[in-house]
Amino acid sequence: MSIHISNISKSYKNVKALQDISFDVKAGELFGLIGPDGAGKTTLFRILTTLLIANEGTATVAGFNVVSDYKNIRNSVGYMPGKFSLYQDLTVEENLEFFATIFGTTIEENYELIKDIYVQIEPFKARRAGKLSGGMKQKLALCCALIHKPKVLFLDEPTTGVDPVSRKEFWDMLKRLQQKNITILVSTPYMDEAALCDRIALIQDGKILEIDTPEAIVKHYPKPIYNVSANNMYQLINSLNAYKHNHSVYPFGEFVHYTDNRTDFNPEDLKVYLESKNLSNINIDKTVATIEDTFMELAK
Amino acid sequence: MKTILYIIQKEFKQIFRNKGMLPIIFVLPILQLVILSNAATFEVKNIKFGYIDNDHTSTSRALVEKFNASTYFNVLTDFPSEALASAAMLKGEVDVLLEIPNYFERDLQNEKHNALGVTINAIDGAAAGVENVYVSQIVQRFNQNLKVDLMQVSDQQIQPVKIETIPLFWYNETLNYKTFMVPGILVLLVTMITLFLSGMNIVREKEIGTLEQINVTPIKKSQFIIGKLFPFWVIGMGLLTIGLILAKVIFNVPMIGSLPLMYLYTSIYIFVVLGIGLFISNFTETQQQAMFIAWFFTVIFILMSGLFTPIESMPKWAQTITEFNPIKYFVEVMRMVMLKGSNINDILPQLIKTALYAFIMNGLAVWSYRKTN
Amino acid sequence: MKNNNVIQVEGLTKMFGDFTAVNAITFEVKKGEIFGFLGANGAGKTTAMKMLIGISNPTSGKANVAGFDVFTHAEDIKKSIGYMSQKFALYDDLTVKENITFFGGIYGLSRKRIKEKSAILIEELGLEKVANKLVGALPLGWKQKLSFSVSMIHDPKIVFLDEPTGGVDPITRRQFWEMIYKAANQGTTVFVTTHYMDEAEYCDRVSIMVNGKIEALDTPKQLKAKFEVDNMNDVFLKLARG
Repeated sequence: MSIHISNISKSYKNVKALQDISFDVKAGELFGLIGPDGAGKTTLFRILTTLLIANEGTATVAGFNVVSDYKNIRNSVGYMPGKFSLYQDLTVEENLEFFATIFGTTIEENYELIKDIYVQIEPFKARRAGKLSGGMKQKLALCCALIHKPKVLFLDEPTTGVDPVSRKEFWDMLKRLQQKNITILVSTPYMDEAALCDRIALIQDGKILEIDTPEAIVKHYPKPIYNVSANNMYQLINSLNAYKHNHSVYPFGEFVHYTDNRTDFNPEDLKVYLESKNLSNINIDKTVATIEDTFMELAK
Repeated sequence: MKTILYIIQKEFKQIFRNKGMLPIIFVLPILQLVILSNAATFEVKNIKFGYIDNDHTSTSRALVEKFNASTYFNVLTDFPSEALASAAMLKGEVDVLLEIPNYFERDLQNEKHNALGVTINAIDGAAAGVENVYVSQIVQRFNQNLKVDLMQVSDQQIQPVKIETIPLFWYNETLNYKTFMVPGILVLLVTMITLFLSGMNIVREKEIGTLEQINVTPIKKSQFIIGKLFPFWVIGMGLLTIGLILAKVIFNVPMIGSLPLMYLYTSIYIFVVLGIGLFISNFTETQQQAMFIAWFFTVIFILMSGLFTPIESMPKWAQTITEFNPIKYFVEVMRMVMLKGSNINDILPQLIKTALYAFIMNGLAVWSYRKTN
Repeated sequence: MKNNNVIQVEGLTKMFGDFTAVNAITFEVKKGEIFGFLGANGAGKTTAMKMLIGISNPTSGKANVAGFDVFTHAEDIKKSIGYMSQKFALYDDLTVKENITFFGGIYGLSRKRIKEKSAILIEELGLEKVANKLVGALPLGWKQKLSFSVSMIHDPKIVFLDEPTGGVDPITRRQFWEMIYKAANQGTTVFVTTHYMDEAEYCDRVSIMVNGKIEALDTPKQLKAKFEVDNMNDVFLKLARG
């Protein structure tokens, strides 16, 4: 067991940031913490990386207690905070050397681990970190978090504000790191990244909604979902919201995801209703639930 | 016009909601006025005074007695020799050393010229200068008394040999340094607070990102800037009022001149400061930068304002530079109007220069503020 | 205005020194359309948008927004557009009502109109209980919805949204998109920049910028069909990787 969290709670003044959180992350697992801003993801990361002490509950990381063994944890985990936290006025190489030095190691010693990532930014090693593009900064930050060969890696929203190309590259790197026996706990507000994790925890308002593999979570979705489309999106949403049998109505790109609260729902009934609302080009097709559908159903 | 009102309303709300800034705006200046006015004085008291009396006559003892009677001097030691006295000064035991020569009394009675030796420890040049003035005053007064005594015994027709140069301190007769300092420090407060607040204000909106939102609205540059500056102008005038009340109540500084004149001048002066603040704001990206630049200018302006060191004693080139120092004019006007009762004609040169300065600075500020880059 | 276009851009270019941030882009946006303006970090989309909203001077090209030329009438454009950026444009130290009043005032609405608008707005957003609370104390999702409403307070012809929904929870995000659909349905043109591809799927048409140029412009459906993929993310990956 690489991370063990049991009944952790944390409050700031009268805000309950985390309420009775418990879960385990196995050694070598890529575990995702999925939830919007303000869900409590960063607070949990700060507790696990010994930067913050929980009000209640216990947690261990790599076998060390986060309160009593905090010194050992700091040597065996890598942490990449959400905000870019490298020295913008030092060069790529200087940043990396600085982090190697404070962990009592050298770039050469653990070069194998970061090689894959570092070769991509090596051409810019004399450039100041502040002048790098978003994706490059991300890679450099990851190198710095890995330089002391940590057993567990904590990544707090590594892909926020990064474009799709860099996001994809970043996840590919994580997959490769996982093969080197590093346990990874990553948080993200993007539901579409959930499918890339081994297991995920959905979190909102300081509470865990569900923990499972991404495949299992979408299977838990209780109702059949329909993709509905018509000629006018806004009228379609209004009409569906006004339909007395609706269970949920959520716009999803060019469609609306619709679920009905009857067990014997017949799409034809809905089509007739929508036609009566002067909508045309109506299409109603069954579709599969996504992580986002599940999240919204649970958060409802 | 209506748009400006909305901005003013918003600025005031933000200023009064800022729990960190309010005390800085109002409480700190008051503390500063009270503390600085009491501490920043040119008076030198408890001067350690030593003497070498080579004459040992009643006249020489009478002279020493004059020093003893003065509140400024603590008469310490009668040194038997010059060597011992010098050693004491080296150790810092005496600040001022007076050497009375042989035949001091006899020469005086014969109306012969004689010289007293005065040695002053001038490590602190300013203090030494003041001490020198004190010594001269006491000696001259002694000299005068002596002549009066002599004249009684001798022929009434005989005129005193030397013309007296006893200084008369006009407009501040008791040479009360508080009277002199309070108007000056008041100037500092009004300047510093308004400069820092206005300098950091627009930069702050740049930092938060709200300035971009303002720039995409159809608001006019001048509307925005007037709306932004007006609240600080009001605060500046408020500070002046508080300062004047304190000056009267705590320090009992005489206010001979006209209050409306002081307000008229200050109202124009604050525009200069706000213009500078805004100009700084336009060219900086963070509040930190703005703060440093504002600080840099304030220090130069203050040191070259004649507030602490007289402009007359500066080298010629420095005196020329002070012509561009708005604080100099403000200090002059405040002292002139408050202590001397100068009227509008007396301060007209300063008033015109300040108004011109205000016009130029605000023009530059509006010009350099860019809604579109 | 010819053929119902509210934004007409032709060969618009912006240079910073010898770096071309926006390289001769050409496109038009129709009235009431939801137009997605996509691109990677540094592709030039923010620079392009800043030229359209009149806070950045173009180097060359032509652009007409809401009937006004961006070179000569930038200030007139500002009367007819709304703008909401990813950085919160509301004042955290003013209350909900004060923010609405301030921006209403700046856009020159009458006192009476501001009062009406603010009542409608607060009711629509369900902010009655927090109307007199500081905006800084509101949850992120509420701020974003309020920010959007405030940017529409003067009933602009076009509203520009710069990455409006980053980090919000999925439900609030959908409420946000419902507000956008509503605005578009009432005839307001919506111009959204984003690099979240799932957001792109909501738009009527999208353009994708790569290295300062527009490399694709069509409906999400047709783009997906053209690149033979089933989501916009893959369209983007194919385009950006060449």
